[in-house]
Amino acid sequence: MGIRERLSGNEAAAIAMKQINPDVVAAFPITPSTEIPQYFSTFVSNGSVDTEFVAVESEHSAMSACVGAEAAGARAMTATSANGLSYMWEMIYIASSLRLPIVMSLVNRAVSGPLNIHNDHSDAMGVRDAGWIMLFSENNQEAYDNLIMAHRIAEHKDVLLPLMVCQDGFITSHSIENIELIEDNKVKEFVGTYKPEHYLLNDKEPIAIGPLDVQSYLFEHKYQQAESMRAAKQVIADVAADFEKMTGRKYSFFEEYQMEDAEIAVVCMNSTAGTTKTVVDELRQKGIKAGMVKIRVFRPFPAEELAKSLGNLRALAVMDKADSLNAAGGALFEDVVSGMYTAKKQVPTVNYVYGIGGRDTTVKDIYEVYDYLQTVVKTGEIDNPYRYVGLRK
Amino acid sequence: MKDLIEIRWHGRGGQGAKTASLLLADAAFNTGKYIQGFPEYGPERMGAPITAYNRISNTPIRIHSNIYEPDYVVVVDDTLLESVNVTAGLKQDGAIIINTTKEHSKIKELLSNYAGNIYTINARKISIEALGKYFPNTAMLAAIVKVSEIMKDEEFLEDMKGSFAHKFAKKPEVIEGNMKALELALKEIQKVN
Repeated sequence: MGIRERLSGNEAAAIAMKQINPDVVAAFPITPSTEIPQYFSTFVSNGSVDTEFVAVESEHSAMSACVGAEAAGARAMTATSANGLSYMWEMIYIASSLRLPIVMSLVNRAVSGPLNIHNDHSDAMGVRDAGWIMLFSENNQEAYDNLIMAHRIAEHKDVLLPLMVCQDGFITSHSIENIELIEDNKVKEFVGTYKPEHYLLNDKEPIAIGPLDVQSYLFEHKYQQAESMRAAKQVIADVAADFEKMTGRKYSFFEEYQMEDAEIAVVCMNSTAGTTKTVVDELRQKGIKAGMVKIRVFRPFPAEELAKSLGNLRALAVMDKADSLNAAGGALFEDVVSGMYTAKKQVPTVNYVYGIGGRDTTVKDIYEVYDYLQTVVKTGEIDNPYRYVGLRK
Repeated sequence: MKDLIEIRWHGRGGQGAKTASLLLADAAFNTGKYIQGFPEYGPERMGAPITAYNRISNTPIRIHSNIYEPDYVVVVDDTLLESVNVTAGLKQDGAIIINTTKEHSKIKELLSNYAGNIYTINARKISIEALGKYFPNTAMLAAIVKVSEIMKDEEFLEDMKGSFAHKFAKKPEVIEGNMKALELALKEIQKVN
């Protein structure tokens, strides 16, 4: 039986890091993820972890220090948000291409500008093609659980890719909620010891990491990264199965809520999923066959599995908390739609951009989305697939 | 207590409305409830109006949005009554609790658009008497617990003793004063209508 607690999302992430007790944490504070390295540094100073905490002068250096530590053979973690991630961008690609299983807490916030410290997913969407595994979390519990599973996934020999755990800035990072923690010894046993196969500090195997990779090799190395991302799906499923044995909490690529006989559904990520479940319950009481799919694993993208789950709907809305500003649709929308098209599943689908820059996403907003889906079912028409909800006009 | 109660706090930056909402979440958590406590972050600075929220429930809480139709509103600073629509969406069978020294008639006049229950408390007097300083949030915390009947007085006081011991581990000299502020507030809250 776990430990009943109440923690903010940031506290939950910091506690997970404490229980993981990584070799190195390098971080630079940025709202709304500041509290994670802040709490963690107190764990370091009071001796509850034996981590080397590197208080760097920028996020570029934070990720560089993680790259160096992980290449040396250490287990490294960091946390950031928005412009902090932007500043890491160069090293984000280095981390994944050098196959370094660094784990990051990304507390999602709008990327400037103009300056905004509040939640949306523009930071995460900016690195969606950077070769990191990306897990999203509805609440503090999922942010914690995803971190506990992170190293087992990232460090697996079939994967060896960095991994980020996302949660919504302020909405979950700064909200105190109930949570069930896992006992320290169980986490330690579950996460295990990091035993890299190749690493710089191994004097029995002198190697170079990250030298020049010219025309004759880069293509093959990128293919290997892509293959590992494909292989990660099985590892993610296996780790989730072990996690369920330990905690009873079940995790999949995505959560299906009332999808068995659903006719209309919404696809979303992170905290909005909870609000959407509330609306689904109310719609079900009125006899409306509504459902919801919450994406947990965004990279690797579970295209085939989603097409199977969503393929028999009569209308579908995909919610993007970042506008791709491409006159075509948000990133999640495009991924879902292309996955369905490839799987020959034709469902009338619309995209809703919502919650930008911390705009509160209310029950009323979610109703508006389901109302429109009912109209689509009735009329068979979509007047505009690229829509907004919660926007003042 | 109802299955779910929703509370909205209005205060000014520096008065501790956020801390009070987190302490309330703590206290309710300790009685076995599911809780949420979260502030609405704006460009915060001392003196600016701020809002914080609580959900307290018998079942897990999934909703993640601000509260627009609260059961209770707590106003930590009565100067907000003239600049913020503090009763917006407040349920008619709910209540508003105001920290004020104003006459009941004046409060009724200021809240003439609200037909529900109105309570007042002089948190300044209580705080000065108990702590020697003006920290209104402790008294307001006791007031909302009393009005919303989230838990019994004794149960609440017992629980807060533990919370303060934890929160003020490095300055235990303020624990007694804070406990006194809670006790005074439980006694001195007044119903206006």
